[in-house]
Amino acid sequence: MAMTFNKIADHEWELNVCGYTCPHPQMYTKKALQKIDSGDVLSLVFDNPSSGESIMAMCEAEGNDLFDRQDGGGSFTWKIRKA
Amino acid sequence: MSVVTANTATGPHWLLRKSSLQALSVFLLVVAGSLLALAQDTRFVYMLVYVWFGLAYGMLLQYGRFCMASAVRDLFAVKVPRMAVGMMIAVALYAVVAAVVTLAGFSTFHPNAMGWHIVIGAAIFGFGIVFTGGCASGSLYKAGEGNMNSMLVILAISFSQAIVVSASGWWDSLVPQSWIESAKAKEMPEELSVTEGWFDIFTAGHIWDLKGATTADMFDMGGTTAGVVWMNTMLTAILPVAIILVVLYVFYYRKGHLRRTGKASPTLGDEIAGMWAMFTSSKNTAIAGIGLGILAGLHMYVTGALREHYEIFNFGELLVAMGYTNGLSIQDTVFDPGYWYITTQEAQWGGWIMQQLGINSMDSIFFGLDNGLPNPLLNAPGFMSIGIILGASVMALARREFKWKMPSWETAFFAIVGGTLMGIGARLAMGCNIGAFFATVTNGDPSGWVFLFGMVIGAYIGVKAFTWYMDWSDSRKTSECGL
Repeated sequence: MAMTFNKIADHEWELNVCGYTCPHPQMYTKKALQKIDSGDVLSLVFDNPSSGESIMAMCEAEGNDLFDRQDGGGSFTWKIRKA
Repeated sequence: MSVVTANTATGPHWLLRKSSLQALSVFLLVVAGSLLALAQDTRFVYMLVYVWFGLAYGMLLQYGRFCMASAVRDLFAVKVPRMAVGMMIAVALYAVVAAVVTLAGFSTFHPNAMGWHIVIGAAIFGFGIVFTGGCASGSLYKAGEGNMNSMLVILAISFSQAIVVSASGWWDSLVPQSWIESAKAKEMPEELSVTEGWFDIFTAGHIWDLKGATTADMFDMGGTTAGVVWMNTMLTAILPVAIILVVLYVFYYRKGHLRRTGKASPTLGDEIAGMWAMFTSSKNTAIAGIGLGILAGLHMYVTGALREHYEIFNFGELLVAMGYTNGLSIQDTVFDPGYWYITTQEAQWGGWIMQQLGINSMDSIFFGLDNGLPNPLLNAPGFMSIGIILGASVMALARREFKWKMPSWETAFFAIVGGTLMGIGARLAMGCNIGAFFATVTNGDPSGWVFLFGMVIGAYIGVKAFTWYMDWSDSRKTSECGL
């Protein structure tokens, strides 16, 4: 399965990195957050639990707002608003 | 950061959920297997200690997403120190418990030979872990989460090590003549053919000529309380841990913390509060670090006590007494470190399969003289690795995080190449991030810091290479949705 990064609405993006293990999800997330504008929302879909801890720490360090987490069945959908 | 967390599944009470029942089933499988082994012979309790500590390690590793690859890789890749902090917490606690165990006379630890091979091996290992997505134990717990990429990594580590330690060929001619002469002078048994095979010559002709010692031994304080406490624990483990934690805080955490707390001119109290915030920023990782540190020390104590009870130095003696003599080394020993270790038992899995396929591996020092090639059903540390996989499965199922993940061509390539590099690096360095780092520095052997230094260099180069690959891969996408 390949990584997908799509604009799904105005100021909303979706990054899907299901099937990837570390360090792909956190590195793709970092690149996606660099690409989108301040205030834009990134919906991040991943299924590698370990990446979640690093992504949370990245958001905390850079001031990005992880405002919604939907977890279940081994998959995670997180919404991050870029600072 | 305000987070709304939702578990998307609805349905019965969590105890009655399918995944919870599956977690219980895996746990009961381990209980049933343990009872079956004890019914065969109560002396299998020695092997079951490995199984149950492995199970506990696996549960904690999964709970804390505790992977030492992440400790060095995420620092460089995404500037996140949380796992490096967790690793240092684990080192400090393991060191304290190891001191108590050593003073009680139950330590099973042996220092590694110090030399350049550690830096080179660790650098190769560190490069590999960036591509596999996990260290040696990290790959085991991720396999327990259903990740088949990690299973490929374990296979690659197993076979690459088995081939490295037993194969001979044109590369034997690259070995310095002085090593061959030194190996010949050891007058080892004929069947080991120590002057054939690169790794045998390297081991007998080079490694055996090097010295390994704890810091207390170096200062002629080995075996004394002062030596264990001040030289091995404080000087070799706690002091470097404290320095590394301060470095992590200053370079990776302080700036963001001061911005979040609005402290333009921080006082010493603010800095201490910042350090504490760094420790607790990932509670799961910190809890896992505390648990793993204590358990790793207790593991040594329990195995040491059992060795005293059975009046043995090695599990091989117990196997002989129980009537199992196949696969033992010529010294009637098998690999039996008595503490948390990963790579050697995986090499034995690969070597045992090669042996079944008619490829003789027992003429090597690694298998034939030291570690043996026991049937995997009698491989005690091997069961620790299986225990880690099963423990991680129990925790992942209980937390509803288990998911079968099949590799793509891309991830399979990374897993096999990275795992092969990890196997080669681990054998050159005489261990992985657990056996050559975690178990060493905590028991007063400074060679582990040399391993960490090499692993950091390798991981740094690995992150650069990986970033280049990602950029190259993305440059081929032309839409605005390329990264």
